[in-house]
Amino acid sequence: MAYVAVKGGERAIRNAHTWLAEERRGDPAVPDLGLDQIREQLGRAIDRVMAEGSLYDPDLAALAIKQAQGDLIEAAFLLRAYRTTLPRFAHARPVDTAAMRAARRISAIFKDLPGGQTLGPTYDYTHRLLDFELAENQPPPDAPRAAPDLSPVPRVPDILGREGLLEADGPMDAEPGDLTREPLSFPAGRDIRLQALARGDEGFLLAMGYSTQRGYGGSHPFAGEVRMGEVSVEIEPPELGFAIDIGDLTVTECQMVNQFKGSKTQLPQFTRGYGLVFGFSERKAMSMALVDRAMRAEELGEDVTAPAQNPEFVLYHSDNIEATGFVEHLKLPHYVDFQSELQNVRRLREAVERREAAE
Amino acid sequence: MFAVCVRRWNGGRRRSDADCYDNSTIFIPHCPRGTFMKGYNFAYLDEQTKRMIRRALLKAVAIPGHQVPFGSREMPLPYGWGTGGIQVTASVLGRDDTLKVIDQGADDTTNAVSIRQFFARTAGVRTTTHTGEATVIQTRHRIPEETLRENQIIVYQVPQPEPLYRLEPSRVETKRMHALADYGLMHVKLYEDVARLGQISISYDYPVMVNNRYLMSPSPIPAFDNPKMNRMPALQLFGAGREKRIYAIPPWTEVRSLDFDDHPFRPINAHQACGLCGATDSYKDEVITDDLGGRMFVCSDTDHCEQRRAATVQRHGPARPGHRAVSGPSDETGDDGSGAPRHGEAATP
Amino acid sequence: MNIGLEAGFADPVPDAQRCFRAVLDAMAHPGRIAHAAGVTAPYPLGTAAAAVVLTLVDHETPLWLDSDAATARQWIEFHCGAPVVADPAACGFALALALPDLRRLPAGSHESPETSATVICQVASFDTGTAYRLSGPGLREPAVLTVQDLPRDFVSIWRRNHALFPRGIDLILCAGDRLTALPRTVAIEEV
Ligand SMILES: [Zn+2]
Repeated sequence: MAYVAVKGGERAIRNAHTWLAEERRGDPAVPDLGLDQIREQLGRAIDRVMAEGSLYDPDLAALAIKQAQGDLIEAAFLLRAYRTTLPRFAHARPVDTAAMRAARRISAIFKDLPGGQTLGPTYDYTHRLLDFELAENQPPPDAPRAAPDLSPVPRVPDILGREGLLEADGPMDAEPGDLTREPLSFPAGRDIRLQALARGDEGFLLAMGYSTQRGYGGSHPFAGEVRMGEVSVEIEPPELGFAIDIGDLTVTECQMVNQFKGSKTQLPQFTRGYGLVFGFSERKAMSMALVDRAMRAEELGEDVTAPAQNPEFVLYHSDNIEATGFVEHLKLPHYVDFQSELQNVRRLREAVERREAAE
Repeated sequence: MFAVCVRRWNGGRRRSDADCYDNSTIFIPHCPRGTFMKGYNFAYLDEQTKRMIRRALLKAVAIPGHQVPFGSREMPLPYGWGTGGIQVTASVLGRDDTLKVIDQGADDTTNAVSIRQFFARTAGVRTTTHTGEATVIQTRHRIPEETLRENQIIVYQVPQPEPLYRLEPSRVETKRMHALADYGLMHVKLYEDVARLGQISISYDYPVMVNNRYLMSPSPIPAFDNPKMNRMPALQLFGAGREKRIYAIPPWTEVRSLDFDDHPFRPINAHQACGLCGATDSYKDEVITDDLGGRMFVCSDTDHCEQRRAATVQRHGPARPGHRAVSGPSDETGDDGSGAPRHGEAATP
Repeated sequence: MNIGLEAGFADPVPDAQRCFRAVLDAMAHPGRIAHAAGVTAPYPLGTAAAAVVLTLVDHETPLWLDSDAATARQWIEFHCGAPVVADPAACGFALALALPDLRRLPAGSHESPETSATVICQVASFDTGTAYRLSGPGLREPAVLTVQDLPRDFVSIWRRNHALFPRGIDLILCAGDRLTALPRTVAIEEV
């Protein structure tokens, strides 16, 4: 019988898994990739997986990347699934990015400013020429060092804010929501929107942010400040009554400053779009800030015409773990429904043929 | 502000009994069927998540057909592959349950095998392929042919719980429509079908009215299965993980497929009898047997077909050879006895 | 602090699962009597009421207690971590030894009828008392449930609740180690 159903028992699945493991390892003559190598040398991949996996743990991210053969969405999925099983023993206090030990800090809206401009380890001004010396495993040249300046660098929006030219941060008293515990509902508060964006797919946010620059919901953005560095995470156990430092995170923050013409009740001033992402990911932090600002259109009395301005559209489609699962589920068997459609189309065709024969 | 998770629970303040089971390191030592995965709670989900889902399930049963939002968790299987059904099953399942998992009506389709393995590993429960033996049946795309009993629970995997989504993509809008029981859009769609095609053209995921109040997606089962939902003796639970919705139909509840008086609901099925067991009243898969147009029709419900054939063998002796190549036994080895290669089996290049 | 407090479930994972299935079974078959076990109930709660609380209530569910049930407050707070609220309108669950005024409890909205309260009400008995005829989803044919201790005008109270559908309160009744449920969908009349 020629029919081979796409039905596999446990053995088929097991075989597929062992084949996958072999393929993952590649040529055994090539040394196995260590997690420390991934963590140390594929830092941007680690950062992306931690951000989209919504779990800050470089070692686990390295394992996930290795296990997923460098498929970063698959790796983020591994982290997410693991994250679900972790107990929550406390909620952190809001991290204070003004107290960041910044490795990079730039502002596009002032030539110079208190704290200065720090380029940091950026690709920005590299010429994108393949470096064949890197292929030969040449050690990098020594980077010049200076005594670390640990004084906090004021945030540019805070400087602008003193003049009232920039809207203030919203009130902070309410407990922020958590869409990993409570499903999205609308209207979604800015806390939830920002959480969704911070976990969202970098490519999706990039495309959405880009679309606002091309006229689909434009908001005249200026990169008020982009900074990257370490912040402290603090918790305040109720039995202690004071905050304790439990560790450091590297984050990238972007504050976009956008024009706002003002309204009957409000003087013209600048508004903000905000981006904050685990690790060093400027592309995502900036995209996030653009999309955050675009989604505030309704709140600020602007016309809502573009996809990026529609929170329901953005939030329901920004999560790549949800998206990849549902897109890829189309490869699961659907033959029962297809059979229904086959019979249906046959029935419709018969009906038409009968009608034509009768005419 | 974000939650701080720990990789290993190492003390901390014990807030309540509930909390100390609410983590990944608790291993329940006494499981009669032994081995379930070390480091995870019974049936994978932590107790806090189960309580949340159980509360949603009770509300769902109390409001038949209404989609109850729930804090769907990220499961170790992809969204769209049954994460909603798995979470519902995990919250319902106990040590004494017997679980059956089907996909497309078959116990041995890859995803059914994978989900059954998941529960065998994480809950150590007894599994079966026989509809009659199961206390909990998780399904994707079919309702078994055998009439389900009172005290059985059927859990449907639901990709898209919103029956109106093709007509109105905004969930803010559809939620309002459900609140007002305003289903005009759907009636217009069906009416347009009739006007244009002379009949309603939906062949699966055919919308139903539950208890005369809520328009509901029956999940992508063929319309053929819709009548089984009406006044079903078993409890029907629906889980949509990615869309984060749970809904339910209590036993003996009226479930009506939408139609018009002059165009009554007509389920679709192949006219042919099953090529293996001869059943005429079961839903059929169309199986292409060669590339010259040859095909046969066989029961989509593999357990139903096997039971019928087994009964025939008892009466008339062994059936003709070749039968097993199509549906195969649903034993866990995946060996179909036909020697025919199966998908994905050639492991080493 | 827990000296003198009764224990929670003896075997929390399977005990909670069994109790949940009992409640689910009762909710799916209104008026069907199910059993609960596995817990030493604190005064004045019976086994069923205590088990249902342990099974469904936790720090995510604001709980309102009537004055009698409040006797068990310490036990509930210790085992469930539930925030006890003074305002019945703010609760997700209400635990009571006499049927509270359902109009003071949240009945949910038309868009989100699932946000209504669930009342866990301990009664004296399912063997003696008033007989009620139940009909609705979950019931193949009308069923009879006997309950001791519901208010004299329970049928009209319930009629008002039932008429709110899809909004409305759901009721879990507990007597000793037995329980049953009356979802908002069930129509009730006196036999
Ligand atoms: Zn057959």
